[in-house]
Amino acid sequence: MSGKVTNVLLVGVGGQGILLASEVLSEACMLAGFDVKKSEIHGMSQRGGSVVSHVRYGEEVFSPIVPEGEGDLLFGFELMESYRSLPLLRPGATVVANDLCIPPPSVLMGNEAYPEGLDQKIAQKFPDFILVDGLKLANEAGNPRAANTVLLGAVSKRLNLEERYWLEAIERMVPKKALEVNLKAFAAGRNL
Amino acid sequence: MKQILSGNEAIARGAHEAGVKVASAYPGTPSTEILENITRYPEIDAAWATNEKVALEVGIGASFGGARTLVTMKHVGVNVAADPLFTLSYTGVRGGLVLVTADDPELHSSQDEQDNRNYAKFAKVPMLEPSNSQECKDFTKLGFELSEKYDTPVLLRTTTRISHSKSIVELDDNVAQTPQTGLFKDPAKYVMLPGNARVRHKIVEERLVQLSQDAASMAVNRIEMRDTKVGVITAGVSYQYVREVLPEASVLKLGLVHPLPHDLIREFAGKVEKLFVVEELDPFIEEQVQAMGIEVTGKEILSLCGELTPGRLKQGFGLPASAESAVDKLPGRPPNMCPGCPHRGVFYTLNKLKAYVCGDIGCYTLGFMPPLSAMDSCICMGASIGMATGASKVVSPEERKKVVGVIGDSTFLHTGVNGLIDLVYNQSTATIIILDNRITAMTGRQENPGSGHTLMGEATNAIDFTMLCKAIGVKHVRTINPLDLAECEKVIKEEMERPEPSVIITDKPCVLIKTEGVFTKGDTLCVEEDACVGCRACLKIGCPAIEWVPDSGKKGKAKIDPLLCNGCDVCRQLCKFSAIGVAK
Repeated sequence: MSGKVTNVLLVGVGGQGILLASEVLSEACMLAGFDVKKSEIHGMSQRGGSVVSHVRYGEEVFSPIVPEGEGDLLFGFELMESYRSLPLLRPGATVVANDLCIPPPSVLMGNEAYPEGLDQKIAQKFPDFILVDGLKLANEAGNPRAANTVLLGAVSKRLNLEERYWLEAIERMVPKKALEVNLKAFAAGRNL
Repeated sequence: MKQILSGNEAIARGAHEAGVKVASAYPGTPSTEILENITRYPEIDAAWATNEKVALEVGIGASFGGARTLVTMKHVGVNVAADPLFTLSYTGVRGGLVLVTADDPELHSSQDEQDNRNYAKFAKVPMLEPSNSQECKDFTKLGFELSEKYDTPVLLRTTTRISHSKSIVELDDNVAQTPQTGLFKDPAKYVMLPGNARVRHKIVEERLVQLSQDAASMAVNRIEMRDTKVGVITAGVSYQYVREVLPEASVLKLGLVHPLPHDLIREFAGKVEKLFVVEELDPFIEEQVQAMGIEVTGKEILSLCGELTPGRLKQGFGLPASAESAVDKLPGRPPNMCPGCPHRGVFYTLNKLKAYVCGDIGCYTLGFMPPLSAMDSCICMGASIGMATGASKVVSPEERKKVVGVIGDSTFLHTGVNGLIDLVYNQSTATIIILDNRITAMTGRQENPGSGHTLMGEATNAIDFTMLCKAIGVKHVRTINPLDLAECEKVIKEEMERPEPSVIITDKPCVLIKTEGVFTKGDTLCVEEDACVGCRACLKIGCPAIEWVPDSGKKGKAKIDPLLCNGCDVCRQLCKFSAIGVAK
C-alpha cells in the first residue's frame, strides 16, 4: 500500500444516483484495507442542482475534500458537469464521463444553449478520457437504471483496487433483486 | 467492527453506545440524519419536535427525569432554542444532556453562516468539536460523561463537512449502563426564580474555571510536536486541512473548544517559533489566545467568511496553488422545484398578480428563482407572517392588498402559528397562504404534526389547519387546489382584495412522498408538435420536464420529457392553443 492518497471526484446532477455510487466506491476502498473519506453536500441534491462527491483513499487520509487541482480521477455522470469540474483535477488526470446531456433551467427555457463539443474539449485537456454510453450498455445488461453501475465498472478499471472488493461492495450496497443486473452492468463497464 | 459512517450516523451510534434514552430534534441541514439514524436503535425514544425550542425542552424534562438525552438541530435552530439553553446552563442536568449544533460554513443550505461556538461562551457551557466520524462517536459519549461530571449541558458542534463526510469508525458493542429514571425533586436547583438563579450563577462561573483547568489534561486536547518553526492551534475539520497542507507543522489539536485549556495553550506557545490559529468563520480561539497576551496570527491570513478548503489554507500560508485548468463559462445549474411540485402554480399566480411576497424557509423559497420570481423577503423560520403584518402597517391601503405571506405546513407549525395569532389579535389585513404539502420536504421529507405520522412511522393525529386557523380567529379560511390555475388566481385575488385577515391553504402533497396513497402521479403529458406555435407560455412555470427546442419549426417549440413529467397539468392550462395533451 503506497502512502499516496488517491483522489476521486464523482459529479453530476441531483437525483442521478451519485451518492450511491460514491458509497460503493468508499466501501470497496475500506474492504481493500485503505483509509477512506468521502464528502459531499446533499442539502439540495434532490432538486436538480450540481452535485460533487469527493472520495479519497490511501494509507492515511486527512482532508475529506479533494484539494483543489489534485483530483486523480473524475467520474462524470453528465457531460456539462464533467466539464465544469475539470479545474478540480491535476494535469494528466483520468476522466470517465457518461455521454449524457441534462439541460439546466436556463437551457430548458431557451435563454441559453447547451454548450457543444464538450467531449472534445475534455479530451484536449485530459487525453486519458473515456466517454461511456452508460444508458446503452445498461439497456444491454437488462435495465436502463443500472447506467451508474456501468460507469462504475469503467471507473474500476482505472483505480488500483482489486475486482473482488468492487464485487463485494456492490453485493453489500445493492438490493438483492437488482444484484444480477448490476453485476452484469459492472462487467460491461469494466470490459470497455 | 469497522464501518464507514457519516458524522451524523456516528453521533447517532455514539448516543446508542452512551445509553441515551430520549432523542428530540427539529430537522435542519446538516443535522437531520442524526435523528433519522437514531431510529435504528429501538431502545431510544426518538421524535421530531415542532421546533428546536420544544426539542430542547423535551430534552430538559427527560434529563431532569434522569435519562441521558440527545437534542439535535442546525445552527440557526439554536437561536430558537437559546431561551431554554441559557437557563439550563444554570440548573445543570440530572441525566447527561448533549445538544448538537450542526453549523453550515459556506451556507450550503442555510440563510446565514453564524459561528455557534459563540453560544458556548455566551451560555457558559462546554463545547466539543469533532474532526472526523470516529471523533463524532467518541465525543458524543464523552459529552454525556462531561455533562454528568460537571452538571452542565454539553454542546457538540459539527459543521457540514463533519456531519456529511464519511470516514471509518470502530464500533463498540457495549451499551453504557445508566441509572434508573424517575421523578426527582430539587426545587432550589431546578426552579429558576431570581433567588435560586443567583446561587446557581456562581456555580456556573466556578464550573467554567474548573473545566478550563481540567481541560489541559483531557485526552481530546493534545499537542502533536513536529517541526517547531510553525505551531498551529486548531479544531474540527480545520485540523484535517492543517494536517493535509502543513504536514510538518506542530499542532495543538483541541477537542474541547470551550472553555479553552489555558495552561496547554501557554505550554504549546512556548514550544513553537510562530503561532497560528486555523479556524473557520469567527476568530473565536484567536481572540481568546490574544487576550492571554500571546502573539498569534489567524484572521489576518484566513477569511472570516465561508468554509476552509485545502486550497484556501494554502493561499493563507502563501503556499503555491496547484495548477487549475481553466474552463469556458457554462450555464449554471441551480436547484429547482420538482416537476409537478404543487408550489409552482401558487408562485406563478403570485407573480401574475404582482404580489409583495413575504416568504419563509423551505423548498418554496425556490419561488424566488426565475421565471417564477415571486418572493420579496425571506429571513428565518416562521417570519413570513410577522413580516406581512408589519408591512401592512406602513403602506397605503392600495399597496396593502399586495402583501401576502407564504409559509409551508411544517414551518407554520414551527413558529408561524404565533405570527398568525398576532396578525388576528392586532387586526392586521395581510393574506397568508399555507402551502400544505403534508411533509417537511426541504430537509428530505420528514414527518411533522400535520402529516399524520411520527418519526417512527406510527400513525398519529394530523393537525386540521382549517380548524386551527378558525380557532385563532381567522374568519376567512379557504382551501384551494394549487394545480388549478384558474382557482388559484380567483381565490388569491379575492382574498388579497379583502381588508381583513385571511388564510388560503393549498391541499396537494409533495411529489416525493413515497407513502402509498398520498401522492398520485397524473397522466403524462406531451406537446403535440403540429399544434405548438412556439409562444413559450408553458415555459413561464420553469418546469424541469419542459424543454425549449429552438430548431423545431419556425420559431422553436416546446417538448415535454415523459420520464420527468408528473402529470400535474399546470402547463396544459397555460397553453392557449391546446397543444399539450395526454401522452399516448
